[in-house]
Amino acid sequence: MGNKNHHAHHFESAAAEFEASKQGLWVFLVNEVLFFAGLFVAYAIYRILNPDLMHEAHKYLNWKLGATNTVVLICSSLTMALGVTAAQKGQQKKSANLILVTILLACVFLVIKYFEYMHKIHEGLLPGGLFSYHEPIHPKAPQFFSVYFVLTGLHGIHVIGGIVVLAWIYMRTLRGEFTDKYFTPVECTGLYWHFVDLVWIYLFPLLYLAS
Amino acid sequence: MSHDEHHAGESSNYLNHGKGIMSWLATLDHKRIGIMYLWTTLLFFFFGGIAALLVRYELIAPGQTIMTADQYNKAFTYHGTIMVFMVIIPLIPAALGNFFLPMQVGAKDVAFPRLNLASYYVYLAGAALATSTLFLKGVDTGWTFYTPYSIRTGTNASMVVMGAFIMGFSSIFTGLNFIVTIHKLRAPGLTWSRLPLFCWALYATSIIQVLATPVIALTTFLLFLERAMGIGIFDPALGGDPVLFQHFFWFYSHPAVYIMVLPGMGVINEIIPVFSRKPMFGYTAMALAIFGIALVSFVVWGHHMFVSNQSDLANFLFSLITMFVAVPTGVKVFGWVATMYKGRIIFKTPMLYAFAFLFVFTIGGLTGIFLATLASDVHLTHTYFVVAHFHYVMVGGTIMAFLGGMHYWWPKIWGRMYNETQAKLACLVIFLGFNVTFFPQFVLGSRGMPRRYYDYLPEFTALNRMSTYGSWMIGAGLLWVAIYMIYAIYRGEKASSNPWNAMTLEWQTTSPPHHENFTTIPKVTDGPYEFKDA
Repeated sequence: MGNKNHHAHHFESAAAEFEASKQGLWVFLVNEVLFFAGLFVAYAIYRILNPDLMHEAHKYLNWKLGATNTVVLICSSLTMALGVTAAQKGQQKKSANLILVTILLACVFLVIKYFEYMHKIHEGLLPGGLFSYHEPIHPKAPQFFSVYFVLTGLHGIHVIGGIVVLAWIYMRTLRGEFTDKYFTPVECTGLYWHFVDLVWIYLFPLLYLAS
Repeated sequence: MSHDEHHAGESSNYLNHGKGIMSWLATLDHKRIGIMYLWTTLLFFFFGGIAALLVRYELIAPGQTIMTADQYNKAFTYHGTIMVFMVIIPLIPAALGNFFLPMQVGAKDVAFPRLNLASYYVYLAGAALATSTLFLKGVDTGWTFYTPYSIRTGTNASMVVMGAFIMGFSSIFTGLNFIVTIHKLRAPGLTWSRLPLFCWALYATSIIQVLATPVIALTTFLLFLERAMGIGIFDPALGGDPVLFQHFFWFYSHPAVYIMVLPGMGVINEIIPVFSRKPMFGYTAMALAIFGIALVSFVVWGHHMFVSNQSDLANFLFSLITMFVAVPTGVKVFGWVATMYKGRIIFKTPMLYAFAFLFVFTIGGLTGIFLATLASDVHLTHTYFVVAHFHYVMVGGTIMAFLGGMHYWWPKIWGRMYNETQAKLACLVIFLGFNVTFFPQFVLGSRGMPRRYYDYLPEFTALNRMSTYGSWMIGAGLLWVAIYMIYAIYRGEKASSNPWNAMTLEWQTTSPPHHENFTTIPKVTDGPYEFKDA
């Protein structure tokens, strides 16, 4: 583009564009909250109608792996926040390294999640009609695993999406596209990543610690 | 990349700014994206209209007329699905809104032009996926996809709900873009209290799009999973809760009614003061009423479910809150009437559509009270009364307003005038045809004819026949509009930059507008309806 100020023609200044992009991202996050809200409502309804369901079924989730993943994601939020700060200060190299660590932590999360899923699939702790565990847990246990798989699955898709965007931001940082005057994509990706972590922070106690 | 290299003069406008098909398909210009949306939604409007005519033709007499019961189920499902998801939701915001919102706020473009273009292609992909099922077993669930039937049906509900899922993203992108555009790209001096009411209406619509659409996205996604692998969230046979689907569905689809009708109200808000030569009566109240409607729209979804197993308390509360919708809606209707009062009314086509809107929308709104009242709803629900009611609101509200807006802005979009005499006559045909089609349905419904039935008792024949004749009048009227409007693009008289003497910013630039809308960004010093000749 060759434009030193990095702002599109319909904005009066780079600052105005930065503000607009950030507001756009916040509106997007509000939309994301509502997307997950439906599932949280489904969870709440099944929980209210079957108070003992969550208590019985949550024992079949591995809270140690869940807790590890919580720590992993919180660490990734920290590295992301530090990466954004570095980008704001124009420390490109530091920012790139921190983003890379964030990507690696996100991958660790997914690997742990993969082992959890494999274990559930092996045991037959599956949603709805696929449920085939060898002993009875609760009549509505299949619904618990429906909510579990859909919620964590959609969250997992968000993590994968986050990795893709982070990788793109990482490449752009390495190419030196960001300065202390222009770091909008880094900041916006950071906001998104914090949101993905936050969803997990609600998911973890609701599903794994629901006694 | 510099954008100030165009040659000055009348001939330079957004239509001749780039040449070739790619200059359209890959454009980032909100005006061209608006035009692409316009033609695409109108194409689907045509398909949805054909489906409607087929449904009405089948019902011209009891028993089989032209199709089997299965084909009939598919015909009304496609009519509903196409009209709701592919026509009425994007029609005004994505076509007229895309074109005129940035111009009304005095901006060069929407905040995120690439996202705007993406929203168009996402819409196209979703619509293509949903409509391609016509050749892949079809779909017969009705546009509401109620469980458990939508889980069991052998027709292709999966692809249609995924189409709706994808189109939802397009709607969200548009809403997000409009919110940020209104916040961040207003011209100097364009304070919130000088914002045209069309922008206010689109702002409220966008908020609903951003807040409600993700819920239908999740719902359709869960329904898809339910069909694909039996996750048992909605399926009662697997321990799921089918009424939960109805709650999720209407949590979106009731606010979606206002995604459909608020932009229409916005258009009427522009037309009435301009053709009454008077400032909008109660501008602030009119703007707040839009938000009142948007707010209430989120807490009334249960009135679609009075005969589900919803608790009596919930029924009572939903009925009560639904009545509150009448307050801001009443503010709007009285505001429009009061604006006309002692005005110098100019009887041009856009104004005629505004009258048509007021007439049918008021009937639609008032019959809503019958349905919001618990006792009468139990009698009327699932009958033709409901069909008539929501057609009076959605067609009367959205399509009449759209046609009014299309005539109002056509000179600005193409720089050409349409034929006023033909337009007035076509408006009359559509207005009469609309009432001939749908008024009998109120009577049919209150006498007990159920909706969505393939066959009916002989005593309903006369009213059904009348309704079918009306549908032909609407079809003929719309065809007429299409003919003279397309003719106007090529052969119409040249339009001046401000043929209606309006004050909003889109009229303060050339017709058709410059590629960047304005040669210099305008400075706003007055409200949008402070007419100098008033």
